[in-house]
Amino acid sequence: MNVPTMAEMTAQGKQPEVLFWVGCAGSFDDRAKKVTKAFVQILNRAKVDFAVLGTEETCTGDPAKRSGNEFLFQMQAMTNIEVLNAYEVKKIVTACPHCFNTIKNEYPELGGSYEVMHHTQFLKSLLSEGRLTIEGGQYKGKKITFHDPCYLGRANEVYEAPRDLIQKLEVELVEMKRCKSNGLCCGAGGAQMFKDAEKGNQEINLLRTEEALQIQPEIIATGCPFCKTMLTDGVKNKEKEGSVEVMDIVEMIANAQDL
Amino acid sequence: MHYIPNLLFAILCTVGIGFFVKNIQKLRRNILMGKPADRNDRSKERWKNMFRIALGQSKMVRRPVAGILHLVVYIGFVIINIEVLEIILDGLLGTHRLFSGWISFYGFLIGTFEILAVLVLLAVGVFWARRNLVKVKRFWSKEMTSWPKNDGNIILYFEVVLMGLFLTMNATDHSFQAMEAGNPVSQFIAPLFASFSETLLHLIERTAWWLHISGILLFLNYLYYSKHLHILLAFPNTFYANLEAKGKFDNNKTVRKEVETMMDPNADPYAVPEETSEPEKFGASDVQDLSWVQLMNAYTCTECGRCSSVCPANQTGKELSPRAIMMKTRDRLEEVGKNTDANQGVFKDDGKQLLKDYISPEELWACTSCNACVEECPVNIDPLSIIMDMRQYLVMEESAAPQELNAMMSNIENNGAPWQFNQQDRLNWKE
Ligand code: SF4
Ligand code: SF4
Repeated sequence: MNVPTMAEMTAQGKQPEVLFWVGCAGSFDDRAKKVTKAFVQILNRAKVDFAVLGTEETCTGDPAKRSGNEFLFQMQAMTNIEVLNAYEVKKIVTACPHCFNTIKNEYPELGGSYEVMHHTQFLKSLLSEGRLTIEGGQYKGKKITFHDPCYLGRANEVYEAPRDLIQKLEVELVEMKRCKSNGLCCGAGGAQMFKDAEKGNQEINLLRTEEALQIQPEIIATGCPFCKTMLTDGVKNKEKEGSVEVMDIVEMIANAQDL
Repeated sequence: MHYIPNLLFAILCTVGIGFFVKNIQKLRRNILMGKPADRNDRSKERWKNMFRIALGQSKMVRRPVAGILHLVVYIGFVIINIEVLEIILDGLLGTHRLFSGWISFYGFLIGTFEILAVLVLLAVGVFWARRNLVKVKRFWSKEMTSWPKNDGNIILYFEVVLMGLFLTMNATDHSFQAMEAGNPVSQFIAPLFASFSETLLHLIERTAWWLHISGILLFLNYLYYSKHLHILLAFPNTFYANLEAKGKFDNNKTVRKEVETMMDPNADPYAVPEETSEPEKFGASDVQDLSWVQLMNAYTCTECGRCSSVCPANQTGKELSPRAIMMKTRDRLEEVGKNTDANQGVFKDDGKQLLKDYISPEELWACTSCNACVEECPVNIDPLSIIMDMRQYLVMEESAAPQELNAMMSNIENNGAPWQFNQQDRLNWKE
């Protein structure tokens, strides 16, 4: 797989068109790594001149900030900003809504201003520039629902880009009762991903999974590594993993193009 | 002798309005106990938000039934208050239905008010049934006991009495009924009084008139103690609401200074930090640590519970309820205000604070920061920002994060990721 790093590019005196911010989940979590690979395959197919930071990338600080550790967050942010600015990065794409939100909204005040895109937005722009074509392939006609990640949807009001991509797959997109600005959280945000939930009478991810399963979809699509984990666990808990898959949109696109 | 009613009326109004002004001053004082927050930019967008959300109630219709009923009561309330203007002038000048001589469409105007009054009565009836018979879930949560629950009903009874008095006043007004315009509703009530003597009728009419204006003054003074403060505060609250993307959380400025010094290669590592009177506190443990916008939020909260009804934590039985966060903030602020009043304007430590005495860490840690509460609030309140500020205090001042979060944070510190993976393996996914 062709994955150039910024260090290599700079050594060759080149500046990529866009930096792909992989994120911690995308680098280390098995389910998210699949998304990372699928995205890179598409970037390569569309001949996008990109690079990653590789070992120079470190956590954006989102989970630290949302757990209340502002100090650790700002240390992470400053470290990252120093690296990004040293490479004169202008445009960043990421497959994680949490990284997307943090770099886009919280870094500028700390000295890091970039054009930041979620991978669904980026793919949509490739599509409209004619650099990428999407066909339905194996997904044609399948019943799909889309779960809005909070940090993409409500937090940044990106509702259309993921849906536009799904439509391109020629599927039957059925919305859950709570979607877009009314979407229900998967339960992972605000650093909940890293701890057990407080006591209650249900797990949030199961509640959301139930809502999705009501539609009887073949695939629950999303655009966030944490949502993907939470919903995959939910589907397993409901013993539906045989009939319902949880996938990132980018995996679907890569599969449909036989990448 | 002739002027006694006018005089009485003037006194009544002065007292009523005087107390109201005092309440407003206290409200302002309490809100300004909060820390500064700059919300004076982008005024065009702010005006637009205020018109759309407060005046136009645009966020209410996310729940169509409650939204439309509320609109009826709201319009009724605002428009019928035009009538109050006439009452005040009549009371002061000793005139009777002053506007009837001035305005050619007086009949039409009062007629509209009468119809609105009936619509308001209907809407209030449905509201009452939703609260007390249907028992809509969000009105029966655990924070909705005692005062909050009674408050909701008291206001409904208030409306019924006020509307009833307005219609009675019209129905028993002989000369008004004789106009045969503007009485589409009261003409059907008038026959009930047909057998009454003219003196008695006049007495009833006057009584209804006095009670009506007294009721309105009472209502005005009731506001300060009620969730109904929102009829006033919804306007500034939507005006000063956050305009940034909801996902953008404030970057703490004190922390920023420290981090910048630490990372600055030219900084003198042995420099003695500047003498400051008191080390700055990180995050919020009491109301004075919150910003004035957050405190205004607390007073504006209508206790409608829309936020909690969409909160993933609340819906899955966790302690957290964003509505309760707002209500507790207001309760504590009131307590601090009273304490300040009792101590010649200076708050005396009472050994209590918002954190733990009102809001438990368990509530705070249950939040997923999903912003559903913020999105849903009809008056643009931001419970999430209070939750985050209090988490910051817990972690940065008390190192009191849940164990697993401490582990996550030390991972970030040591290897740049929330899990225990080696920074050097970041590109291994490629294999
Ligand atoms: S942001 Fe927190 S309090 Fe608000 S709805 Fe989401 S989980 Fe509940
Ligand atoms: S914060 Fe907003 S949504 Fe929640 S109870 Fe108060 S007014 Fe209603």
